[in-house]
Amino acid sequence: MVRKSLQDKISVYGAAPVSDPILSHTLAIIVDNEPGVLARVVGLFTGRGYNIESLTVAETDHTKKLSRITILCSGTVHIIEQIHHQLERLVPVHYVSNLTLEGAHIERELALMKVVGQKEKRIEALQIADSFRAKTVDTTLDSFVFELTGSPEKIDAFIDLMRPLGLIEVSRTGIAAMARGKKGI
Amino acid sequence: MANAKPKMKLVKQAPAPKKIAEAKNVFGKKDLTGAEIVIQAMVDNGVDTIFGYPGGAVLPIYDALFQQKKIKHILVRHEQAALHAAEGYARSTGKVGCALVTSGPGATNAVTGLTDALLDSIPVICITGQVPTFLIGTDAFQEADTTGITRHCTKQNYLVRDVNKLSAIIHEAFHVAKSGRPGPVVIDLPKDVQFAPGSYTPPAKTDLTRYQPRTMPDMSKIEAAVEMIANAKKPIFYTGGGVINAGAEAAKLLTEFVRMTGYPCTSTLMGLGAYPMTDKQHLGMLGMHGTFEANWAMHDCDVMINIGARFDDRVTGRLDAFSPHSKKIHIDIDASSINKIVRADIGIVADATEALRAMIAVWKKKKYTPNASALKSWWKEIDGWRSVKCLNYKQSGNIIKPQYALEKLQAAINKDKRESFITTEVGQHQMWAAQFLKFDKPNHWMTSGGLGTMGYGFPAAIGAQIAHPNALVVDVAGDASILMNIQEMSTAVQYKLPVKIFILNNQWMGMVKQWQELLHGERYSSSYTESLPDFVKLAEAYGGIGMRAETPAELDKVIAEMMKTDKVTIVDVCVDQRENCFPMIPSGKAHNEMILSADAEKFDKTLV
Ligand SMILES: Cc1ncc(C[n+]2csc(CCOP(=O)(O)OP(=O)(O)O)c2C)c(N)n1
Repeated sequence: MVRKSLQDKISVYGAAPVSDPILSHTLAIIVDNEPGVLARVVGLFTGRGYNIESLTVAETDHTKKLSRITILCSGTVHIIEQIHHQLERLVPVHYVSNLTLEGAHIERELALMKVVGQKEKRIEALQIADSFRAKTVDTTLDSFVFELTGSPEKIDAFIDLMRPLGLIEVSRTGIAAMARGKKGI
Repeated sequence: MANAKPKMKLVKQAPAPKKIAEAKNVFGKKDLTGAEIVIQAMVDNGVDTIFGYPGGAVLPIYDALFQQKKIKHILVRHEQAALHAAEGYARSTGKVGCALVTSGPGATNAVTGLTDALLDSIPVICITGQVPTFLIGTDAFQEADTTGITRHCTKQNYLVRDVNKLSAIIHEAFHVAKSGRPGPVVIDLPKDVQFAPGSYTPPAKTDLTRYQPRTMPDMSKIEAAVEMIANAKKPIFYTGGGVINAGAEAAKLLTEFVRMTGYPCTSTLMGLGAYPMTDKQHLGMLGMHGTFEANWAMHDCDVMINIGARFDDRVTGRLDAFSPHSKKIHIDIDASSINKIVRADIGIVADATEALRAMIAVWKKKKYTPNASALKSWWKEIDGWRSVKCLNYKQSGNIIKPQYALEKLQAAINKDKRESFITTEVGQHQMWAAQFLKFDKPNHWMTSGGLGTMGYGFPAAIGAQIAHPNALVVDVAGDASILMNIQEMSTAVQYKLPVKIFILNNQWMGMVKQWQELLHGERYSSSYTESLPDFVKLAEAYGGIGMRAETPAELDKVIAEMMKTDKVTIVDVCVDQRENCFPMIPSGKAHNEMILSADAEKFDKTLV
């Protein structure tokens, strides 16, 4: 039985803490290539209601059955640090590196883009593709499929240029990333 | 890989399990089926008891259980209870608890228990049956995506598709469940894999190196921490469930270190018993319903030594006002706990036993002594807070106060020669039990802290009683919570378990009512426990013993009688319906903004 005066002073529940700025981070994660690993890793993001901007996975060591996951995500430094530690404690996770915080690194992505058009537009598309050093991997009389590798920004720029020239479909791999210099994971 | 995996460094090797000659398994034959491998692997991992409930997808395992004598199966009456019983077994013995449930509804019923074990870091293995591999993904009868559903409520889970990998998976599961920060592990086993013949590998031949969490502390950080501790003027030890999980040795070392320094010590709900609560250096529990002295000491301290606790929101209250002037040392086995909520000035990843051992060694080697005059005035301040007598209540007249009932229970326990184990359900009664019962040893207090699961206490008591048949096991319960797993009365009767259910019956979901009274304008929306059963008759209907106390005189009598019963006993203690649990830090408030009971002594802030 609380004293009445105190009762008036109690506001219902406290306010949520103010949060820090949201930044993009690229994480490289080495895991055992076994069922459920990806779901556990991704769950640390989805469980918080966070979106993953890019996700790339493939086995990189066939004898040890190890895969490398590259995730581009955004969050406050504090939350990403949390996720980093929580990734490290997962049983099938061997190593986690936050490439964004650990110095300079390279990010590359591959994209396939289908462009449909005739006459001048077709020629212009080919010329731009050439200047971007994109490969033409499929050709019909009224379409091309271009293959382009590069930084995500370069691919974005290429897509923007292709849009008025008949771009109808895009498939991107998501980024593969690696730290610069001689140090390896 | 050029870089070593950081968590591989400085590992403490687990002792190698005893070697078992290949053909000498519990079934006395050379080739085993998947179901028999499960039993053999469990025996080799030291299992003697498993809590479970049968069904189509685990029949081969039940068949194998029937044909051996090493493992005792305890038939519960609901799969949630199997998990809580396994938790009670684990927490009261320090071993891994085991459960066995069928596919689909069996597995989904187990989810609450798994989540409970995850939040309280309890080592539990749960074997779930699954439909045959060729039917997985077809919406087969009693199919559920068990590994999908339990992924986020287990430390690790496995779907076993190859019988030849089964034994290695089970051995790894035990290793994962108990190493590092303990937790629940699910092994989902399709029925065809249970039937399939396969080869068995004993634990000693299984490679467990991929999961080797760090247990040894960084000595330079230990030295810095001990120096900070020695120079403190207003220090406090804040200890949690991690000390209990680390084992009895950790509790012994904690007691030694706290006594050596002469500093005050407070514990979380999960940490009670690691340091003797009857000792004058213990300030009682801290947090939302913690003592006035513990919370004020946390707020005003200059050095906080957190060992195995995780700055839960029920402990910190308003974060930006949490212990604003202190330097914080945080020792935890889980690196992701450090800096998660509160920034640590010194964060040490280690097993509590190893960290405490190292700290004591450094303290002795450097011949540190506490700052006597500072400590004296710190204790004077603490005694000022103590003099508020925040747990005061008034027992007068014929209505039993819940706190009074617990003090009477404690008195009876003190007089009893048996070892005693206390479990609780969730609500006011749980908080009162934490405030009024005294634990001087680890592993004798079991409560659902992280998840706050109503219905935990009774099955957990069953698990503890199975592990300690001659002990006194009491579930302190509320009238609402006990109904959540009341069916376990049958289990207790079947196995002749003399568990005592001590219901503090206020005819309300008391804790819900308290929040509605204090924070929601006294609008008691759906918190009255209408249509309660007659608990005495209910106990009798199950074949147990029921008693009721409505007055203090009756209370003495029923407690005395309850201590003598040899069957499951429900004691229905009718307590004051209006009593609230104080002190209380309303959510979002700071430690020094506690609300005190009207029965507490007045606190004059100008005095300190
Ligand atoms: C499974 C579950 N459902 C709901 C809650 C929310 N809850 C917390 S305490 C409580 C009331 C408990 O009432 P009772 O068991 O009678 O204990 P009392 O508070 O009266 O001591 C409720 C409903 C919970 N903790 N667990």
